[in-house]
Parts: sequence; structure tokens; C-alpha cells
Amino acid sequence: MSPLLELHGVEKSFGAVQVLRGVDLSVQAGRVTALVGDNGAGKSTLVKGMAGIHLFDAGDYLFEGEPVKVTNPKDAAALGIEVVYQDLALCDNLDVVHNMFLGREMKRLRLVDEDTMEQRARETLDGLSVRTLKSVRTPVASLSGGQRQTVAIARAVLWNSKLVILDEPTAALGVAQTEQVLRLVRRLADRGLGVLLISHNLNDVFEVADDIAVLYLGGMVGQIDAASTTRERVVQAITTGVVPEGGAA
Amino acid sequence: MSIDTDDPTVAAAPDPEPDNSLGGIFRAYLAKLRGGEVGSLPAVLGLIALVVVFSSLRPEQFTNSFNFANLIGQSAGVTVLAMGLVFVLLLGEIDLSAGFAGGTCAGVLGVFLTRQEWPLIPALLAALLTGALIGLLIGLLVARLGIPSFVVTLAAFLGLQGVLLTMIGEGGTIPIRNDFINGLNNANLPVWLGWALGLLCIVGYAASTYITDARRRAKNLTVQPLLLWALKTGLLTVVVVAVVGYLSVERSRNPALTSLKGVPVSLVVIVGLLILLTFTLTRTAWGRHVYAVGGNAEAARRAGINVFRVRLSCFILCSTMAAVAGIMIASRTNSVNPNTGGETTLLYAVGAAVIGGTSLFGGKGRVIDAVIGGTVVAVIDNGMGLLDQPQGTVWMVTGLVLLVAASVDALSRRRASATGHV
Repeated sequence: MSPLLELHGVEKSFGAVQVLRGVDLSVQAGRVTALVGDNGAGKSTLVKGMAGIHLFDAGDYLFEGEPVKVTNPKDAAALGIEVVYQDLALCDNLDVVHNMFLGREMKRLRLVDEDTMEQRARETLDGLSVRTLKSVRTPVASLSGGQRQTVAIARAVLWNSKLVILDEPTAALGVAQTEQVLRLVRRLADRGLGVLLISHNLNDVFEVADDIAVLYLGGMVGQIDAASTTRERVVQAITTGVVPEGGAA
Repeated sequence: MSIDTDDPTVAAAPDPEPDNSLGGIFRAYLAKLRGGEVGSLPAVLGLIALVVVFSSLRPEQFTNSFNFANLIGQSAGVTVLAMGLVFVLLLGEIDLSAGFAGGTCAGVLGVFLTRQEWPLIPALLAALLTGALIGLLIGLLVARLGIPSFVVTLAAFLGLQGVLLTMIGEGGTIPIRNDFINGLNNANLPVWLGWALGLLCIVGYAASTYITDARRRAKNLTVQPLLLWALKTGLLTVVVVAVVGYLSVERSRNPALTSLKGVPVSLVVIVGLLILLTFTLTRTAWGRHVYAVGGNAEAARRAGINVFRVRLSCFILCSTMAAVAGIMIASRTNSVNPNTGGETTLLYAVGAAVIGGTSLFGGKGRVIDAVIGGTVVAVIDNGMGLLDQPQGTVWMVTGLVLLVAASVDALSRRRASATGHV
């Protein structure tokens, strides 16, 4: 089966600084691919390029096997690529339903169709087996960090998206909430979505990821099958840029 | 159903059977208050306290229906101005020029209607269009160039004051002799029409909310308990019947000469605008976007909302409402002078919106806040006047009330973020 998303030889420079040097990456539907790397390795730039915020200077961008042009966030959304940023981009003063439909409100007779929106929000949350949110009419301000992350992820899958990119989803969470969010990430992949998880936390990565892609100084060290490698090997790859023997997929 | 161990403070909605008894509704409301969502409650309590104080100190003058109708007329300009300001405040911005924008628009109306002898409709449209243009200009400077609204509208405040003075002439006054304009803030409806409109309000509210609730209940969505609906409808009925009833009493000192009774037209203008603007703010996508931009402009931008257009439209709406307010003020005095919309008008209007519960931090507020707050400001002004208090004391008390309201806003905000488990 061809990968959901493929990048070949992607390059990106900001002025004289070359941030990405010929990066290859593939994300399969139904699998969680973790993107790891030290600070400055180019993770954010790579994600922003995929989301259409930056344009890649060179390289191929394939989605569902077809070459695509992603020049702005709308292009990415049209393909079914949704990004959940680290700051979540939620409006505290609005409730869960309004946040999930922010900017894409459903309308009936030119008025906001609260009924259908609430139904679909509830269905999406139920579909993800989210039980931590009692009322979808609660303002986001009164939700915990884990619940906010849940709302942001649910918003990303509401629009029949095919690939969800998560930027450090557990960075600000406690142990129990991290666990909840990781279970949710796993369920996304089990539902057949492609998931790209950017994380610093190797515990999280090993708990949930199927593939681990390691970036080192703007180059892809390799994409490793999580089951056949160890934490030590991944750490070595992140810090030295070389995959130890037997680890590469 | 798994047990939620994540967040015990989230108010329970449909999953476990909600407590629909009177006690349950009361407890849910208390929980909301404790969570920092106080809404207009402080303003309403303050209003009741003020009315009680003034009624006991000046029972004859304050509570008679002549003064009550008078109070509505006095407050109409400030209240309408405050309704427009709510939209700008929701963005976390301010419009200091709204008062003189209103004055300028009233001046435009006076010039065309009286000096140029235009018919009513074109003169009225010219006044409203002037308001929209002022708002467009302010909005462009704020939303496109990114100049802080405080500075832009401060400049507009000074500038429009000059425009108004130049237009009318030093020490001049433009009389307004049009019956429609003068009637807006002086005439009364026939008693029967007042009752009919009051009844329409009650039935309209009761029926539309009941139908919505029934539909949502059928779809198994979040819905208020039936008892709460009955309580709200009952409260509205009591208020409407009391107000219309009191205003339908003969209040002329000499009924044989001129009869004065019925609901003032200004109240109809206020309620009409209240319904229209509330509907726009709560039921249209644009209204949702105003709240979103006020809550988190960056999130709104990333969600694909045209933040620039939302900002621009709020400033245009605010200044257009200022034009309506200016016309109401001109109607009250049957004239326009270089001070129309000046002095404390704008400051009272901002105060009214904040006292009613609109936050200066943006993202929180309703149109009805302006009406409640406007009433509070008018009651202080009117009541203190009846107590023969010098203007200095009136301003000090009003300032104090505004300070208390702003403190309530800041404290409830802190409370809300403290209970927010973030």
C-alpha cells in the first residue's frame, strides 16, 4: 500500500541558513509516525511546510500517491491535513461546540445551526470514545489541559481529515492526562487516519508510535520501526545523527 | 459509562439525569456564580439597591410614573450608545469618539433637515451614513494600520468635536422641528399599543424559546429545564406588565390640559435595537466570530476567520449606533448644539456597558448589559438630582459605582481562571 503522505528530498532555507537538507518522510494511514529530533533539528519547519505555512524550496510532496501543491493552510485542509498546534488555538470564552466549528460554522437559513453542530460535535467525541467531557456546552476556559487537547484533536478529525499532525500534544500535561491523550492518538490511527506526532518525550513516542522518524540537523537520519528498536538506539540517532546497526527500517 | 475522574467541576449536563427541581436549578446557578460567571447580577442587585434607597429618601418624587418615564428618556441616548460600544469592547478595543460621532451625526441631521430643508428620510440616511463612514475610517486605522484604538479614537474624539463646532458655529444651536425626530425621545405610544407590544414581547419570547427547547429536547441535546424556562418567562412577564402598567398611568400634572400616558417611544427604540442586535450577536456566524476575535484573535485567524473584516464591521456598527444615539439626544432637546454627545455622554456609555457586565478585556459581554448598565447610570443621575445633590457628588458616586463594577469584572475573571484547572 502506498503511503498516505510522502516527502522526497525536501529542502528549505531561511536566507543563508539551510534548515532542511533533502528530507524524506512517509506517513502511512492507520499508523502513528513519531517525528523526533533535538531542538533545531528542523521539526517545526518540516511541519509548517506540510501544513502550507512555509513553502518548501525543493523536493516532492505526495499525498495519497499524487504530487500536490500545498501553498497555504487552506490547501492542506482541502487535502484532509489538519494540524493541532502546541498552543491549541482555542477561544477560552467559547464553548466546546463553537470551538470545534470555529470559522466553519454550519448554517441553516443563514443562521448558525446550533442543533446540528452540537449533534456532530457529540458524535465526533463519542466516535473517539471521549468520556472526559461531560457537556459540550462548557466554555473551554473551565476545561483542564487534557480536555483542551482533546477538544483540539476532535476539531482536527471533525472534517473527515485523513492526516492529523500533532505538535507536542503532551508537553504541558500531567501523567494521567498524558495517558488519556495518548490513548486518543492511538484511537485516531486505529480509525484509519494517518497520525504524525511531534514529541520530545521518548516515553510517549514508544508508548504510541508505530514508526519513529529521526531528524538530525535538517536531515532525515532514518525512519525506524518502533517495535524493532530500543530507546538507546533512538537516543543515539537523535544525538549523533547515525542509526546504530540493525535499527533502520 | 466510565466514571469521570478528570474534572469534577464541569457542570453536569445531559448524561446523568440533571436535577430539574427548583433546588437543582438554584444550585446550578450558584455553581455558575462561584465559577466566576456573574453576568449582569451585580448590576441588577445594584439597581435594586439604588431604587430602594432613592425611593425611601424621596418617595414622592422618585417613584412617581412621571419621573419613571422621564428616566427612560434621559437614559435613551447613553443606552443606545452603550449598545454600540459593546461590539467594540467585545474585541477588547475602545471607542472614545462615539459620543461626538453621535453629536456630529446629529449635527448632519440638523444641517440637512433644518438648514437645507431636506425631507426626513434622506436627512436621516445622511446622518446614519456619516456614522458608518466615521466607523469605517476608525476601523481601517485600527484594523489595517494597527494603531491602538485608544489613540485613534482619542484623535477622532478631538477632531469630531471640532467638526461639530465648525458645522454648527460657536455658541450656535440648530433647532429640529421635525415631528418624527422629536417624537423619538418625547412622544408616547397610545396605551393600547403599549400593551399590545408588551404582550407581543412576552408571547414571542415564551413561544420561540419553548419551541427551540422542545426541538432540542427531542434531539436529545443540551437544554435548560422546563422549570427554568417557566421561571424566565414568568420573570419577563412580571417585568413587562409592571413597566407597561406603570407607564400607562396618567402622569400629567394637569391631565385636563395635556394627557401624558403610555409607553415612551424611546423605550420601543431601545427594546427593538436590543432584540435586533442580540439576535445578530448570538445567532449569526458573524456574531460568533466577534466573540472569537475578542477571545483569541490568533486562534480566530488560524481558524480561517477574516479578523480584519470582523474588526472593521464592529467599528462601523459602533459608530452607526452612535449616530442613532446622537439622534435620540437631539430629539430629547429638539435641537443640536456643539455639546450634543459631549460632556459625560461617552464616559457614561462606556461605564454603562462595563457596569452591566461587559468586560474591557474583550470576549465577554452582551447587548443587554448596556441596557441594564445604562439604567443604573440613569438612576444614579436622576436620583441624586432629586436629592438636590450638587453635580460634584453625582459624578463621585457614579465614578465609585463604575469602579466597583470594574472590580467585579476583574475579580470574577480571576475566579474563572482559578477554577479553570488550566
